[in-house]
Amino acid sequence: MPADVGQPPTKTAMDLDVRGQDWYVDKLVSVLVFVGGISAVVLILGIFVFITKEGVGFVFGPMEVWEFFTSPFWRPTSRTEATYGILALMVGTASVTGLAMLIAVPFSLGAAVFIGEFATGRTRETLKVLVELLAAIPSVVWGFIGLAIMNPLIIETFDVPIGLGILNSGIILGLMAAPIMTTIAEDALKAVPDGYREAAEAMGATKWQVISKVVFPAAKNGLMAAVLLGVGRGFGETMAVLMASGHSINLPTSVFDSVRALTATIAAELGEAPVGSDHYRALFTIGIFLFLITFVINLMADIVIRGGGRKR
Amino acid sequence: MCIILWDEFPILVEILTRGTTMNRFFRTAPLVVFLLACGGGDSSRTVIQNRGSDTLVNVAQAWAEAYSAIDPRVAVAVTGGGSGTGISAMINGTIDIANASRAMSESEIEDAHARGVDPIEHIVGYDALAVFLHPDNPIDAMTVAQLANIYAEGGEFEDWSQLGVTVPGCSSGEIIRVSRQNNSGTYAYFEEAVLGGAEYGLGSRDMNGSSEVVELVANTPCAIGYSGLAYATDHVKMPCVSFQGSDCVAPTTSSAVDGSYPIARPLFMYTNGEPTGAIGAYMDWIKSSVGQCIILAKGYASAAPVTCT
Repeated sequence: MPADVGQPPTKTAMDLDVRGQDWYVDKLVSVLVFVGGISAVVLILGIFVFITKEGVGFVFGPMEVWEFFTSPFWRPTSRTEATYGILALMVGTASVTGLAMLIAVPFSLGAAVFIGEFATGRTRETLKVLVELLAAIPSVVWGFIGLAIMNPLIIETFDVPIGLGILNSGIILGLMAAPIMTTIAEDALKAVPDGYREAAEAMGATKWQVISKVVFPAAKNGLMAAVLLGVGRGFGETMAVLMASGHSINLPTSVFDSVRALTATIAAELGEAPVGSDHYRALFTIGIFLFLITFVINLMADIVIRGGGRKR
Repeated sequence: MCIILWDEFPILVEILTRGTTMNRFFRTAPLVVFLLACGGGDSSRTVIQNRGSDTLVNVAQAWAEAYSAIDPRVAVAVTGGGSGTGISAMINGTIDIANASRAMSESEIEDAHARGVDPIEHIVGYDALAVFLHPDNPIDAMTVAQLANIYAEGGEFEDWSQLGVTVPGCSSGEIIRVSRQNNSGTYAYFEEAVLGGAEYGLGSRDMNGSSEVVELVANTPCAIGYSGLAYATDHVKMPCVSFQGSDCVAPTTSSAVDGSYPIARPLFMYTNGEPTGAIGAYMDWIKSSVGQCIILAKGYASAAPVTCT
């Protein structure tokens, strides 16, 4: 026995260092997981580089920054003098998203409170599935609903000349953004410890007092993030807005006016814009602008969530 | 054989996914060999690559299908993507036939020559651009000058009362202009033929497809729109159009063929040089009465008058 004491450990270590099948599987999986992990970073950088590369020739070339942001005249294919002004498009995107949020925020917060705080058992599960199903409706279907159903409905109800506009696309976009906002808001409500609710109830608070005075303040960061993500969804939505907004270059004065969104302009015109032309590059410049807006919105949502985490 | 295999595909998948790896390998190996042979068998067929105009894509598809019965050794692969896409593929020499709803520009032809491609233009039909009104609109006849005054920048007409009508269901009277996105061939042709080179006024509703134009006008009493005749439905009204005091002509395939309808555009196919061999035979067949009756049946006008049964 004593003679063996010094030997076995080295021998065991040597024995264990066998590159068998398991070793290779382990290595392979860890490489795959690593590639998957960094792929998002690589892709987002790649997309940013691509958009910038295509658009930068316009930014430093024919673009007049002041005209680009303050002129409502978007005439990229004009034969006499092409003008690139996105003011009307920015106003269009902002007004449609604004109305969509006015509609979606009360709806989705209400739905989240009902699913998270009131509904139980089967009702709750059914509602959750239905809300997620709503998110699965393709945007072109929403757009068609706007064009074929909402348009005549708005014309008849409000006696206006056309039903494609801020109201139509705002409602459609609100309904599209509501499911994702509901899901995230409900997660935020669920993250509030039950102890908070029980403590409040023990002190005689009514159900509404519990929700408004205890649960909402505790979940406010998550709810804020839900709203911001909804805003991001609104800015980025293309097909439904293209079909329901009227796609008309116009500075709106009422909620019934037709407008045109930044995303819809890219979608409608990029396909046949000659590659490398000023028109093509101007569309990519809009792309850079949209990318930056969405990035800022998502960053804000992220900071809001993290800020809450630190305080707790 | 290949088609039979395709029909059996779900069953094959089921067979292949059952059993052990070894079993699966032995089942798959002969199949792979067979599939390769099947793919290889096609090499004796001639494939004609045909790309371009979305206006023409349905017709081109119908031609390709009908032609496969005439000459089974020739397969025509049709893709859309727009006139611009087809023309640039022609310039780059990657396709055999380009479809276009507009003529190639001078600079595009120069580009093609610089790359050793000699595009030859073939008119394969005509497309009448119909003006669409809501069925309740009392207007039955319009002039090109009226259309220009409605659509062009600085045009006079903004209200239906200026045209002497009140449209039921359109209480504000505002003319809702429905147009197309600014780089479509239809938009460009309408600008040239109707506006006479003037700019479109901003504020029109620019739809992303001809069928959306029809859908919107059908549902909107105040609206006016334009698009290819082939997209018309029973839910819209098409007024006759007159040009500089000529007779008012209704948009039909026959009035587009004989040139009496003022806003009809030719539809083109481009080949690299005078087509020979399989491509030449295909182009001749398209221009024959059989091919021309197919384009008529799709709602476009033939390049020359034909009688179809």
